[in-house]
Amino acid sequence: MPRRHLARSAGCCKSFVGRRLVTVTLVVFLVGTVLPLGAASSPEITTRDVNGDHNQETPENKHNEHDSHNTSQKAFPVLSVDFDRIGQPFEISLWVLLASLMKLGFHMTPRVSSIVPESCLLIVVGLLVGGLIQLVGQKPPPLGPDLFFLCLLPPIILDAGYFLPIRPFTENVGTILIFAVVGTLWNIFFVGGLLYGICQLEGMHLGQVDLITCLLFGSIISAVDPVAVLAVFEEIHINELLHILVFGESLLNDAVTVVLYHLFEEYAGVGHVTPLDVVLGIVCFLVVSLGGILVGAIYGILAAFTSRFTSHTRVIEPLFVFLYSYMAYLSAEVFHLSGIMALIACGVVMRPYVEANISHKSHTTIKYFLKMWSSVSETLIFIFLGVSTVAGNHSWNWTFVTSTVILCLVSRVLGVVGLTFIINKFRIVKLTTKDQFIIAYGGLRGAIAFSLCYLLDPVHFPKRDMFLTAVITEIFFTVFVQGMTIRPLVDLLAVKKKQETKRSINEEIHTQFLDHLLTGIEDICGHYGHHHWKDKMNRFNKKYVKKCLIAGERSKEPQLIAFYHKMEMKHAIELVESGGGGGGHANVKMPSAMPSTVSMQNIQPKKQPERVLPQLPKGREEEIRKILRSNLQKTRQRLQSYNRHTLVVDPYEDGWNEILIKRKKVIELEKKINQMSNYLTVPAPPPDSPTMSRARLSSDPQAWSVKHDSDGVPSIQVDLASPQSPPDSVCIVDDLAKSSALSAGTREEDGGLMMKPPSSLAVTAPKKDEKGGEQQEEGKEQQRLIRCLSDPGPSADEEEDEPFLP
Amino acid sequence: MGGLNSVPDDQRYRELADKTGFSLEQIGNLHNRFKQLSHNEDTLRRDDFSKIPDLACNPIRAEIIEAFFDKRNFQSHGVGTVEEIGFEEFLTIMSYFRPPSLNMSEEQREELRRIKLRFLFNMHDTDNDGTITLEEYRHVVEELLSRSGALGRETAKGIADAAMLEVASISMGHMEPDEFYEGITFEHFLKILKGIEIETRMHIRFLNVDTTVLCK
Repeated sequence: MPRRHLARSAGCCKSFVGRRLVTVTLVVFLVGTVLPLGAASSPEITTRDVNGDHNQETPENKHNEHDSHNTSQKAFPVLSVDFDRIGQPFEISLWVLLASLMKLGFHMTPRVSSIVPESCLLIVVGLLVGGLIQLVGQKPPPLGPDLFFLCLLPPIILDAGYFLPIRPFTENVGTILIFAVVGTLWNIFFVGGLLYGICQLEGMHLGQVDLITCLLFGSIISAVDPVAVLAVFEEIHINELLHILVFGESLLNDAVTVVLYHLFEEYAGVGHVTPLDVVLGIVCFLVVSLGGILVGAIYGILAAFTSRFTSHTRVIEPLFVFLYSYMAYLSAEVFHLSGIMALIACGVVMRPYVEANISHKSHTTIKYFLKMWSSVSETLIFIFLGVSTVAGNHSWNWTFVTSTVILCLVSRVLGVVGLTFIINKFRIVKLTTKDQFIIAYGGLRGAIAFSLCYLLDPVHFPKRDMFLTAVITEIFFTVFVQGMTIRPLVDLLAVKKKQETKRSINEEIHTQFLDHLLTGIEDICGHYGHHHWKDKMNRFNKKYVKKCLIAGERSKEPQLIAFYHKMEMKHAIELVESGGGGGGHANVKMPSAMPSTVSMQNIQPKKQPERVLPQLPKGREEEIRKILRSNLQKTRQRLQSYNRHTLVVDPYEDGWNEILIKRKKVIELEKKINQMSNYLTVPAPPPDSPTMSRARLSSDPQAWSVKHDSDGVPSIQVDLASPQSPPDSVCIVDDLAKSSALSAGTREEDGGLMMKPPSSLAVTAPKKDEKGGEQQEEGKEQQRLIRCLSDPGPSADEEEDEPFLP
Repeated sequence: MGGLNSVPDDQRYRELADKTGFSLEQIGNLHNRFKQLSHNEDTLRRDDFSKIPDLACNPIRAEIIEAFFDKRNFQSHGVGTVEEIGFEEFLTIMSYFRPPSLNMSEEQREELRRIKLRFLFNMHDTDNDGTITLEEYRHVVEELLSRSGALGRETAKGIADAAMLEVASISMGHMEPDEFYEGITFEHFLKILKGIEIETRMHIRFLNVDTTVLCK
C-alpha cells in the first residue's frame, strides 16, 4: 500500500535523526529530573551565594539519618542510603555530565547546530533545566561569581592564551590595544552617560540612579566577552586577522573593566569622582595591566625553567603547565590585578620553551586537556547562564532594558567606525568596511558581565535586580540575535574565511627568508623599524634566554630546523600508523593531499651519474671498506657489552620493543611498495625514519647510488663537534681523508672521517636518554654504512633479520 | 642627463615619485640615506653596503646586497649585474618594498604580488635560467641556517630536498620515475607561495621623517 510504503520510507529517513533526537530529549529529561533531586539533597555550597546559603534539607534526608541512628533493636542495615556524604561532588559531576551530554547531543543533530550556534542551544538547555528545577520546587543554583571566576573561566583563558597565534597577534597588537582600551572606555562612558540621561527623564521613576551607578553599569556591560566571542567565532571560521582582532580585544579589555569596575564601585556611595581619583584610576590601570602581565611572565618563566628538568619524569609535565598558569591567575587575583592578562602572558611566555622541552606525548596531553576543560567550562557557563536567568530575581523595566540594548549596539558601531578611521592612518593593511562591520557585530557580551553584576552588593545598589535583568537581556540579545545572524552575514558579505592549508616547508622557509630580507632592507634604509627590533629580540632570545630555559641541545636549534623536524615526526608517525599499505597511502602526507608519484629521484639532477667521481684507486676503496666493516663489528661488540648493564632500557616512552615490532611490520609492508614519495631525505634522520630510509633502499637502489655519489665516495655520516660524542666513537684512519682527494664539497669541514653515532639524533629527539640512544644509534650506524658501501656485506650482523637489499 | 647632483632637485624628485610611487618626502629621506651610505658620491658600490654594521649579522646579507646590483630588478629588461648603482636604481629596488595602497582592485593586487615574488625569485635564481634548481635552493636554505653551525649545514640539505620535493609534488602531481623535475619555475613559485600573502607581508614602513641621523 502506497501509504504504508510512504510512511515506512519516511520513517526510515527520519528514524535515524528522530531516534537521536528522542534519545537526547530523554537524556535531558532524565538528567533534568535527577539534578533537582541532587540539588535538593545536598547543601548549596557550590554557589556561595552572596545572599547566603539555603538550607536544603528535605524530609527524605532526615528520614535516612533517622534510620541509621536508630536503636540497636533494628537489624543491621544491609543497604542504606547516605546521600549527604557524596552530595556535593555528585551534584558537580551531574552538572558536568549534563554539559557533556548536551555537547554530544548537539553534534548529533547537525541540522540544528548549523543554524543555531552552540552557545544559544546551551542557554536554552539551561533555561529548560532551570525551569525543571524550579518546577520541582527547589531553587536553581545561579552562576556564583566565585565558581565562575575561579573554576570556569581560567581553563578557557588558558586555552586561548597557550594557543594564541603569536604572529598575527604581535603584528596587530597596536590595533588590538586601541580597540580594547579606547574602545571600551568609549563604550563605558557613552552607555553610562546616556543611560543616566535617560534615567533622569521625567516619568521614568529612575531618578535615584545616579551617574556613578550608571557608569558602573556601563563598565559591566561594555566589555566584550572572550567566552562568547570564542564560542561564536570558532564556528564561523573567519580569516585570521578579524579573529585575532576581536578575540584579542576581548582578552585585553579585562584590565580596563577591572579598574573601572572597582573605581566606580568604590565611589558609588560617595556620588562623585574627583580629578585626583581619575589620575589614580589611570595609574591603577597601568598597574593592573602591566602588573598582571608581569606576574604572568614570571610564572611563565618559572614553568619554562621547571620543564627543563622534567626529562626523567615525563608523566607530570602537563601538570606543571596547568599549575603554574593557575597560580599565575590566582596570584594576580590576590592583588586585584588583571587575572586574564596574567594567564595570557603566562601561556604566551612559557609556550616556546616548554614545547621545546617536553615530550611529544606531554604536548598532546596538554593540548587535549586544555581543549577538554575549556570546552566543558564553556558549556557549563552557558548552561548556568540559562539556569541563572530562571533563578534570579528580576525586575523588568522596559525603558532601561531596551535602552541598554540599543545603546550598546549603537556605541559599539560608533566606536568601531571612529577608531578604525584613526587606526587606518597608521596601519599598512587597512581595515575595510566589511572588516569593521564584523568587528562591530562580533562584540558579544557574556558571562563575565553577568558575574560582575552578580557581585554587586544589593545593599549599596538597590537597583541590582534591574541591572541584572538588563545584563541578561543584553547577553541574550547578543548571543542569540548577533550570534545566530553572524554566520549568514559572513557568507552574505563574502568575508574572507580562514585558510585551511597546512603549513608547508616552503612557506616556512620563505617566511624566515622574508623576515631576514625585510630586516636587511630596514637596516639599509636606515631606520629602526618593526623588523629590526623583532630581529634584535630574536637574537637576544637565542643567545641568552633559550640557553637557560631549554634543556640540552634543543636550545641551539634554529626555528627552521625545529619546524622541519616537527613535520618529519608528524609524517613519520602518520606513515607508520597508516602502515604504508598500498602505494597510495604512502602519500597521505602531501599537503595537497594529492596522490603524487614524485619521489626523490625525480628531483635529483640527472647529470650526476656522468659526473666524474673522485677516482679512488681500487685498492684504497677496498681498504676503506675493510676498515669500516671491521670497525663496525668492533663498535657493535662494544655497544653490546653495554647493553644489559649501563643502557637505560627505555629510549622512547613507547618502549623499544614496540618500536621494533612496528618497524618489522612496516618493513614487511613496505617491501611491497615499489615507489615511495619520500618527504624525508637521507641525512640526519630522526628515530623514526630509518624505517623509511631502509624502505627506500629496498625499493630504490638505483636512485640511492645516484644520490650518494653526489656526496663523494664513500659518504659516511660525518658529525662535527658534537659535545655528546660517546666514548666509543671510532676514528677511522684520519690520514685517509687528508691524503686522498676525497673531497666533495662537504669534506673540508671536518678533520677526519669519523664514525660516530650520529649525535644529530640526540638533537632531533631530545626526549631520548643519551645512553638509551646508543642502542638505537648503533642500528642507524649500520644502516648508514650499509648504504655507503652499497653491498650487503655485514648484513649478517643485523639486529633485525631483514636483509637491507632485496 | 644632468646627473644626480646632491642638491635636492624637485623636478627630478617628481619624476622619480611618478616612476616609483614614493612621496616626495620619502624620496628626500632615501636620498639622504643614499648620500650617507655612498659618502656623498653619486654611486653606491657593494662594499658600501658591506660597511653597514647592522647588516653584518644578517644571514642572507650577500643575497640582499646582490639584489641591489641585479639588472633584472631595475625593471628595464636587462640581465646581469652591475658594479655600481645610482640613486634611481636604489630607489627602484626600494620600491619593491612599498606597501599596497588602500584601494586596490584584485588585479592590481595580483600584479603587485607577481612583482614582489619576481623580486624574490630573482634573488634565488642566481644563474638566471628561469628556474630555481635544487642546488640553488640548497644554497638558499644553507644561507638561512648558516649561523647555526654544523647542525645547520647538514639539515639544510635535507630541508632543501624536502622543500623541492614538495614543490614538485604540488606542481607536477604525477611524474614517471625517469622524468626529471628541472627546477622551480616562476609559475610554480607563485603557486607554492600563494599561502603567504606577499603583497601584505613584504613591505617596510617608509618614513616621511628623516631618521638618518639616528641610525648608523
